[in-house]
Amino acid sequence: MKEKTKLTYLESVHRDGRIWGLSLLVLILLFPTALCLIYGVLPKWDAFFKALLAVLPMYWAVGIVEIFTYVPMLGAGGAYLSFVTGNISNLKLPVAVDAMEKAEVKSTSEEGEIISTISIAVSSIVTTIIIIVGVILLVTVEPIGAFLSSPVLQPAFDQILPALFGGLAVVFISKNLKLSIAPIILMLGLFIFVPALNEGTVGIMVPVGVIFTVIVSRIMYKKGMI
Amino acid sequence: MDFSVNSPIIFILVGIIILAVLGQSVFFLIRALKRAKEKGMDMSKIKKTVSGSAIATIAPAVSILVGVVTLSKSLGIALPWLRLSVIGSLSYETIAAERAVSGLGQGLGQQISDPAAFVTVAWVMTLGILVGLILAPVLTKRIQGGMNKIGMKDKKWAETFNNAMFLGMISAFLGFVFSHVSRLWDEGAREVTEKVLQNDGTYIENVTTYSSTSGLIPVCVMAVSALLMAICGVVAKVFHQRWMNDYALPISLIGGMACAIPFTAWLS
Repeated sequence: MKEKTKLTYLESVHRDGRIWGLSLLVLILLFPTALCLIYGVLPKWDAFFKALLAVLPMYWAVGIVEIFTYVPMLGAGGAYLSFVTGNISNLKLPVAVDAMEKAEVKSTSEEGEIISTISIAVSSIVTTIIIIVGVILLVTVEPIGAFLSSPVLQPAFDQILPALFGGLAVVFISKNLKLSIAPIILMLGLFIFVPALNEGTVGIMVPVGVIFTVIVSRIMYKKGMI
Repeated sequence: MDFSVNSPIIFILVGIIILAVLGQSVFFLIRALKRAKEKGMDMSKIKKTVSGSAIATIAPAVSILVGVVTLSKSLGIALPWLRLSVIGSLSYETIAAERAVSGLGQGLGQQISDPAAFVTVAWVMTLGILVGLILAPVLTKRIQGGMNKIGMKDKKWAETFNNAMFLGMISAFLGFVFSHVSRLWDEGAREVTEKVLQNDGTYIENVTTYSSTSGLIPVCVMAVSALLMAICGVVAKVFHQRWMNDYALPISLIGGMACAIPFTAWLS
């Protein structure tokens, strides 16, 4: 009954997510501003604009696409957290998807919203703590840095995406065998035979995969195939 | 003030932002836990979500730490720490830093000693990742509203839609795993030319030659990870070891990453 006078849970998540997001946006912009003031310098404009020109178009395009693709998968709370803490495809998204799958909830339900928020919040907190501990160790015990960046371990860290998505793929494909055939054939074909598709452009291909799969599944659904 | 990439004042600024971001996560965690209790959700499920997510996070978090180590050679520890804990992602930050540093006529191997150069890199890295932070507060509610409409109209289609969305995402990453397989038959694909921007606006070309089988490394890693996940699922079902299912993702992830070391030695 009390829900009627107060905001619903989801509404309050949206309100607080916006407040936190915009406040952190200001705080993050203050960092380079503070550096300029403290050291009394301005950026080297020539290098600044050249670098921006090289990275902005691609990364802003990917950023816009990511909002539309990942918000429905992460839920509201998860999205507000993920777009602040980053590392979405290589950490937050797989962890949240796995948590929702285990808890047998959908991201569009309130239960899914809760599970996704909890898993992403926990993942962000654990990441932050590991990096804080790591940074303290890096400053105090130098060999740690050398060990972590040693060429022996490098291949393991290079292959984190295949190692994450191999496992997740088994879970989802085994449960939706019919639905997965078309998108997998399309994506394998595209990535194998189009040289421009690689680690740099996978972000753009995610929404292509999502839209294609949704269309195919709609047709199969209408025809009663699934 | 004297400048150094590892100066305490930079660590203090970075520390403040990271604490604020940590505060946001704690805030939403507590809210979600309270709501779960109110709704009478199964708390053992919630506990499993917490422990499962925490354990699955360890290996990727360590790989992010490695990113901090890599970038710290030229940028010090504080800036990469900030950029990789807040919004950043490993692949993006390395490229953004590389572009900014090479624009200054330097490589990522040397430490920056000029505060103006450091500030330039900090601005480029900050502006590059800003789009998500600006758009998430504006668009999240609208996008979610659209999703809920689908759910209200047709429950069964909503479930299929949900599965289709995740499958589409996963299939794109599976495709990506195969993106260098063409090195097996295509000699041109084995040579990767990277253009590095110089101070005077010209580019120099760095050519790296890969072996024909190097494109199979991610495929093998993915196969091991998939196999481990399948084994976990079977063991959990046949021997009634539920915990195997709860930790299947970290097991397949770490197993896959560990196998990447011998696979890389063998195939590259």
